[in-house]
Amino acid sequence: MTPLFIAQIALTLLVFVALLSSAAGMVYFERKVAAWLQQRVGPTLVGPRGLLQPLADVIKLMFKEELRPAAADPWLFALAPIISATAAFAAFAVVPFGQATTLFGLLSEPLRLQVADVNVAVLVIFAIASMSVYGIVLAGWSSNSKYSLLGGLRSSAQMISYELSYGLSLASVLVVANSLSLTDIVNGQSGTWLGFIPRWFLFVQPIGFLIYMTAGVAETNRAPFDFPEAEQELVAGYHTEYSSMSFAMFFLAEYINMVTVSAVATDLFLGGWHGPFLPASFGWIWFLVKVGALLFFYVWMRWTLPRYRYDQLMDFGWKVMLPLSVVNLLVTAAGVLYFGV
Amino acid sequence: MPSLDNYLVLSAILFSIGTAGVFLRRNLITILLSIEIMLNAVNLTFVAFGRSLNSADGQIIVFFVMTVAAAEAAVGLAIVIALFRHHESLNPDSFTALKW
Amino acid sequence: MTLFYIFGALAIVASLLVIAQRNPIYSVLFLIASFAALSGLYLLLDAPFVAIIQIIVYAGAIMVLFLFVVMLLNAPREDTEHDARMHPLMQPGPLRFGALLAVVFAVELVWALTGQRAAGALSAAGQTRSLGRGGVISVAAIGRRLFTDYAFPFEVTSILILVAMVGAVLMARHEKAPVVVHPGLDDQAPEPAPVGDPPPPPEWT
Repeated sequence: MTPLFIAQIALTLLVFVALLSSAAGMVYFERKVAAWLQQRVGPTLVGPRGLLQPLADVIKLMFKEELRPAAADPWLFALAPIISATAAFAAFAVVPFGQATTLFGLLSEPLRLQVADVNVAVLVIFAIASMSVYGIVLAGWSSNSKYSLLGGLRSSAQMISYELSYGLSLASVLVVANSLSLTDIVNGQSGTWLGFIPRWFLFVQPIGFLIYMTAGVAETNRAPFDFPEAEQELVAGYHTEYSSMSFAMFFLAEYINMVTVSAVATDLFLGGWHGPFLPASFGWIWFLVKVGALLFFYVWMRWTLPRYRYDQLMDFGWKVMLPLSVVNLLVTAAGVLYFGV
Repeated sequence: MPSLDNYLVLSAILFSIGTAGVFLRRNLITILLSIEIMLNAVNLTFVAFGRSLNSADGQIIVFFVMTVAAAEAAVGLAIVIALFRHHESLNPDSFTALKW
Repeated sequence: MTLFYIFGALAIVASLLVIAQRNPIYSVLFLIASFAALSGLYLLLDAPFVAIIQIIVYAGAIMVLFLFVVMLLNAPREDTEHDARMHPLMQPGPLRFGALLAVVFAVELVWALTGQRAAGALSAAGQTRSLGRGGVISVAAIGRRLFTDYAFPFEVTSILILVAMVGAVLMARHEKAPVVVHPGLDDQAPEPAPVGDPPPPPEWT
């Protein structure tokens, strides 16, 4: 029970609680930003400026009745939200959000601000993204209702289609960064060019960043790729038959997936926790700022762009994104060979 | 520390479970799943031997075995779909058109 | 060592449940659990690359394909239960005999792999029984070997995947009724379309 071990356990709990509160905060953030975009006010009744609205939502969801359709498969119906939520939390376990710190000298060796320090972190994120498909497809199947089944199958087909471009854009960053560990990738982005342009991989891989964010939005089933769960199209898609806490788990999983995609994009393309004016041990503040900017971009896209129809969505994924990401990888590899980065 | 023998025994047991599944189950999809169990047992053997020889060859062969398994699963499932369309059954005993 | 026993027991139990379930969806889910246990075993064998690839490819892609097909064919139950009871091989007697044969097979394999003759063969090849010191074989090392020594099988595998894709798409397609066209015979009345299958039901995907 060294102090380092206790600090690691405390860090794990802190990350868990922070993810839960970020999901709650995202509920409020999304409704407020949507309101501003639509020139209205948003939630203002509960608490000062509506800040306690997520709490009210959670309490409402907890007190709803937990339903299960009689024809639904009981085991799979209960298992699906668990898989979704678990995969969402597990993906964040390998994301580093700050520099290794000794907590101002309290610890003998630096504590990495990462729940699990794996040196194949990028592959782990990709693997867990593949596993989150199961929550959706099992939810759709076990509900034993046509809207759920259609929504579940379409949603999972969309997710596995966009996983390809997701993985290839990750591979382009790996070619530039020469390592699979997210900490090494972030540390490769420290420093500046010409004194003021940070060495972010965004400037080395602009198309890769766009592909990654688009595929990330499609992976998390957010607008404009949210056809399978859109109210106007499929009632609510794969979570039609779920209520109360099971629905809350799907909701939670969606928001935490958004946070994870933004966090990984920050680490891969936006320099992670490196930023000016702050000492290195406070880098996590910059990390939060960058993740917040990407989350704003997510919400902005949802309330601005119209929804893709399902066949347009699949066409786009296979006929535009996949060739583009392959070409991006080829050009990146050629560039690295030629310039000797 | 588990020795090489432990891993080989485990993969032998898994392989025989897969073989039993292929021979004793009367559902095409379960037969394909049992074939996947057998392939996985073989993968475990390869990785164990690769580790015992301290070479990357075991893992590279596993890479190829996985690719072949993916291709075989895709084609096998396409065949199952085509067969199901004709006979509405997943029982391999109902496909007796060539039996004499 | 305890980790090895935990993962090994999980793999064996999950595989047994795969072949013992009636509902193919449960079989697929138990197989995913078995793959996860195997991934843990690969991690114990210092093979992180293969462990992650196992999750990404097997558990994340191939099993999704299986699930899709099971759901598409709507085969939640083995619909041949009635025939199965009449099938000579599914009676309890032959089933138990088959299980006994599987156990005999397992014992034979174990003897062949770990017995005295195998020990002689292994020591002749310079190997030992114990998995000694050795590092994690990094992804970079595997990549280097793969693209230099094994470059030809790598390229052949890509052609194999292409062939499998084309074959799977072709075989799973709906058959269309052929349309008969006689060029040059415009003065005749057009032939009625041959009586073939009725048009396939609209795709619902």
